[in-house]
Amino acid sequence: MAKVLEGLYYSESHEFVRVDGDYGFVGITDYAQNALGNVVYVDMPEVDDEVAAGEEFGAVESVKAASDLISPVSGTVVEINEALEDTPELINQDAFENWIIKVELSDKADLDNLMDAKAYAAFCEK
Amino acid sequence: MPIQYSGIVDEHQAVRQACGVFDVSHMGEVLITGPDAESYVNHIFTNNVKDIPDGKILYGMMCYEDGGVVDDLLVYKVADKHFFLVINAANIDKDWAWIQEQSKGYDVALEHQSNLYGELAIQGPDSERVMKEILGIDGSDLTFYTFKTLSLLTSHPLPLLSRTGYTGEDGFEIYATPNYINECWDKLIASGRCKPCGLGCRDTLRFEVGLPLYGDELSADITPIMAGLGVFVKLDKEEFIGKDALARQKAEGPAKKLVGIELNDKAIPRHGYVVLKDGQPIGEVTTGYHTISTDKSVCMALIDSQYATLDTEVDIQIRKKVFSGKVVKKQFYNKNYKK
Repeated sequence: MAKVLEGLYYSESHEFVRVDGDYGFVGITDYAQNALGNVVYVDMPEVDDEVAAGEEFGAVESVKAASDLISPVSGTVVEINEALEDTPELINQDAFENWIIKVELSDKADLDNLMDAKAYAAFCEK
Repeated sequence: MPIQYSGIVDEHQAVRQACGVFDVSHMGEVLITGPDAESYVNHIFTNNVKDIPDGKILYGMMCYEDGGVVDDLLVYKVADKHFFLVINAANIDKDWAWIQEQSKGYDVALEHQSNLYGELAIQGPDSERVMKEILGIDGSDLTFYTFKTLSLLTSHPLPLLSRTGYTGEDGFEIYATPNYINECWDKLIASGRCKPCGLGCRDTLRFEVGLPLYGDELSADITPIMAGLGVFVKLDKEEFIGKDALARQKAEGPAKKLVGIELNDKAIPRHGYVVLKDGQPIGEVTTGYHTISTDKSVCMALIDSQYATLDTEVDIQIRKKVFSGKVVKKQFYNKNYKK
């Protein structure tokens, strides 16, 4: 059973956002890592890149397939999780702990379009 | 056959290190018998079955006149004037039609047996022992690419055991009734000594040792010469369909060649991605993975022959980025066959 954490925001393409003040930590959910299987590469943007809600900002590669990362929020990338460059499998170990990018949010209204934990858990059940 | 059971990496390692079993009942089987069976098989097949001993298996292709590939297949010589063909599942209808069409003028009987047979592939260094101890089937007398008939309750379709596979490891394939195959599968899984394996690791295993997959490395547009499989094309045979075109291509050198490419990064080059030299497209990736056994991002790619020399630096476009790499041998892991 996939883990869903309270207090995060979730997208239909299985990314999460953990909001901390003006910043959002974006990653893929436990459900997504489970569906992908062994993650072998994370294609990340660079610091200072702009990301837009609903648009692709990178990809997660498993042995099986490449899966696009769709940003749930808009803003500027202020940090990438460099640990994933050498150990992408951290995402399999704990997807929520191992966020992919930290974004300075340009429009917090983006969050209104995302699901809370309860809605996302129900979404995954479908 | 599902993509995976316990996970691609887990199943892949089981086959490399111990034993795994694949239910490959989807494969197609065709029986060719009759006075002209040998000359007919040689007419449609690139390898040479003339005078090979009973119990011998050859790999090769059926080609079109232009050298493009109808399918790649195994031919089992059961007895004099008696050949058993194993063809790819996705090509069964096309192959069966092709085999019938080409047989005009040959005194042969053709029987399509795909629905009569199930098939298991038991693969890995422990496969001989596991098969003996769990199924009571002794394969120790078989060498690589040979087979024998099995004595089972039903002799139709003829039950066969061959020392073959598609993983680069030692292993066996059993052809028998679907009922018998299901029983063997259940026993092997229940024993706990053989992991159930899916299509996912079937592809990663065959890819690592450089074995082609029809549709990726061979097709109506990719000849065996382009794919570097000329050793299975016997141009010294009197005739076979596609001989003239393949002989010409071999003499002139093909415009494109299948190569291996290793990337200097972890990004994965996948089927259809464009290979570049100095920013210009020179070909496409046919299959690519981050290899499980060697932890490298590698692919097979069909590229312009002038760039096919080992160590040539090339790039691959992966999504928005371009990754650098170089041409390498298209075998990324050594085979461990029991000769």
